[in-house]
Amino acid sequence: MSKNIKSITNPKLSLNILTPNEVQRIHEATLNIIENVGVRFPSKRALEIWEAYGARVDHDRMIVKVKPHLIEEALKKAPPVYPLAARDPAQDLMLDGNHVYVGTDGCGVEVIDLHSGQRRTSCLQDVADVARIADYLEEVAFHWVAVSAQDKPAETRGLHEIKALWENSTKHVQTESIYNESEARAAIEMAAAIAGGREQLRQRPVLSLMQCTASPLGHDGGSLEAALLAAEAGIPTGFMTMAACLTTGPATMAGTLAVGNAEVIAATALLELAYPGAPVFYAAAQTASDLRSGAYTGGGPEDFLFGAATNLLSDFYNIPLSMGSFATGAKEPNWQAGIENSLSTFMACVVMSDMLLGVGFLHGSRIWSYAQMLMDCEIFSIIHKTMQGIVVDDESLALDTIAAVGPGGNFLMQKHTRQHMRDIFLPQFMDRRTYNEWESKNDDGRNWALARAREIHANHQPEPIDPRLSAEMTKIIIGAERG
Amino acid sequence: MSKELFEKMAQSIIDGESEVAVALAKHAIESGIDPLEAITKGFVLGVNTVGDAFSRGDAFLPELVMAGEAMKAAVTTLEPEMARRGTARQVLGKVVLATVEGDIHEIGKTLVGTLLSASGFQVYDMGVDVSASRIIEKVREVDANIVALSALLTTTMVKQGEVIEILKKEGLRSSVKVMVGGAPVTRDWVQKIGADGYSEDAIGAVNAGKQLVGA
Repeated sequence: MSKNIKSITNPKLSLNILTPNEVQRIHEATLNIIENVGVRFPSKRALEIWEAYGARVDHDRMIVKVKPHLIEEALKKAPPVYPLAARDPAQDLMLDGNHVYVGTDGCGVEVIDLHSGQRRTSCLQDVADVARIADYLEEVAFHWVAVSAQDKPAETRGLHEIKALWENSTKHVQTESIYNESEARAAIEMAAAIAGGREQLRQRPVLSLMQCTASPLGHDGGSLEAALLAAEAGIPTGFMTMAACLTTGPATMAGTLAVGNAEVIAATALLELAYPGAPVFYAAAQTASDLRSGAYTGGGPEDFLFGAATNLLSDFYNIPLSMGSFATGAKEPNWQAGIENSLSTFMACVVMSDMLLGVGFLHGSRIWSYAQMLMDCEIFSIIHKTMQGIVVDDESLALDTIAAVGPGGNFLMQKHTRQHMRDIFLPQFMDRRTYNEWESKNDDGRNWALARAREIHANHQPEPIDPRLSAEMTKIIIGAERG
Repeated sequence: MSKELFEKMAQSIIDGESEVAVALAKHAIESGIDPLEAITKGFVLGVNTVGDAFSRGDAFLPELVMAGEAMKAAVTTLEPEMARRGTARQVLGKVVLATVEGDIHEIGKTLVGTLLSASGFQVYDMGVDVSASRIIEKVREVDANIVALSALLTTTMVKQGEVIEILKKEGLRSSVKVMVGGAPVTRDWVQKIGADGYSEDAIGAVNAGKQLVGA
């Protein structure tokens, strides 16, 4: 049973990536875009809300143009601090700007099978298996739906997925794979069952929702309607921009930040207009498209810079941030995965992004790898340690101990050493063996990470869910399947 | 005189200047130049130059797309004159292109359309969120060689398979090749739904298309 969740808090490191004036300029550019270019809201309900609040609505093109003050006033209603609740209250996460939590990434389409090592299409059992391992790992604070349950009907797939998460873990569930009104309605019912009622759900939201925007400057109708339902129920909701330099954003990073920001804050303002005080978060995973293929890259210096800059924007609006990191484009766990996932995660951590998505993927969030999942957790642990910085006080300066050892001695026998040695980071998947041992065993961190995942999968038993709750969720899903 | 004009035409494509390409195409029509010659001796050479530079790694995707758009603009300008003369540009094949129903993701689909059309295909881009029945209707209407289906979501990807099923039911499956694309599309998926081709990116889609028509 895993109760402790590892999060970064009270960091000693910091980074200046944009000046306040630069943030202000991006904000003003964003307001200019929303007022003069507009954002597409292809939902009748969303357009009606905008119109009721005096925005200029072009119903044919479904484009909304909004005066800056309306956006700014609406955003002020968003709560700056709120919890993401877990089935086990000891695992609640406080989004307070002083914690960095990591989730599993999502939503992939293939899995490298834990036992056979073969790549195959993902199914519901994979969602359950990933959840069980994530439940055990202290680095994983909450779930996304890691892979798509492609053996379930498309119309209710998202419901089967969150049920599997709750049945296999006591941690918070955030779904990124529910993006229409009917599924959202059923998901909220399921969450209310877990929380013990609608009002309890509002106090302790055991579910949160992430919706993707449709860059540039657009949204998906189903996503908007799902988000509005969630906001009404008090379920934390975020809009994620994946604007990419070159294709869905300008080639320049500042321009792409502004485009994505316009998508996110316009939709967030919509939720606050409809349901003032609704818990919302900013979500982003901007990148630069590959110059040759136009493809999503999942890594590169632009990703690292976006990862650090976006938290300044969410701080500016005083709402939590969910930031994409770890999204390597590597096809197997290798040096590229190590570099991309370390740097993207470090940059997002050093500015204290509240949620990071997430561990476990290869090939730009398409292929789930258990080995990568465990190694991503190690990356987070390394950054977690790094963020603590260097403590300088009497105890850590250790003058008495230094005097006791004197020139030419060693510190191995000192009481002070024994007291503090466990502060030193001990990696699980880094090779610190002798050369000869490496040569004779012929294995590395990838093998160890996979073995560890298999061990957790074989041995960890998550705290079981009340069978009546399972039955209740099944009933809700069957109801949704019947329409 | 024509040689100089042809060079300018090629250059307009290389520069990705649609307006210049259109002006040159109009000028060619006014000067009585055979529009087919304008394409084969002028504009196409520009497309080839950019394509070669891209293959060498000297040009990037935006240059390819701009060249493709300029080419499309030039050909569109020349088409009425070709029709008047009773000639037609030889195309590699007719492609009906769409993002499937329930899915509004546009950019990958549009990119594929631009590159296919720049490579000599006649592309009928139906936009996004297009129902299977409308796609089938279009396939029939234009007697398409290829239907190309894009989807970004795992839940809308299933529509790619539905289109194939309907093509079978309607007795059209043997006369049209199906290619699919989108971030969640994998080789296993392509086999599962029985599509004929797929590509992981837009450049690859051109090769896939050419293979399907035996070009």
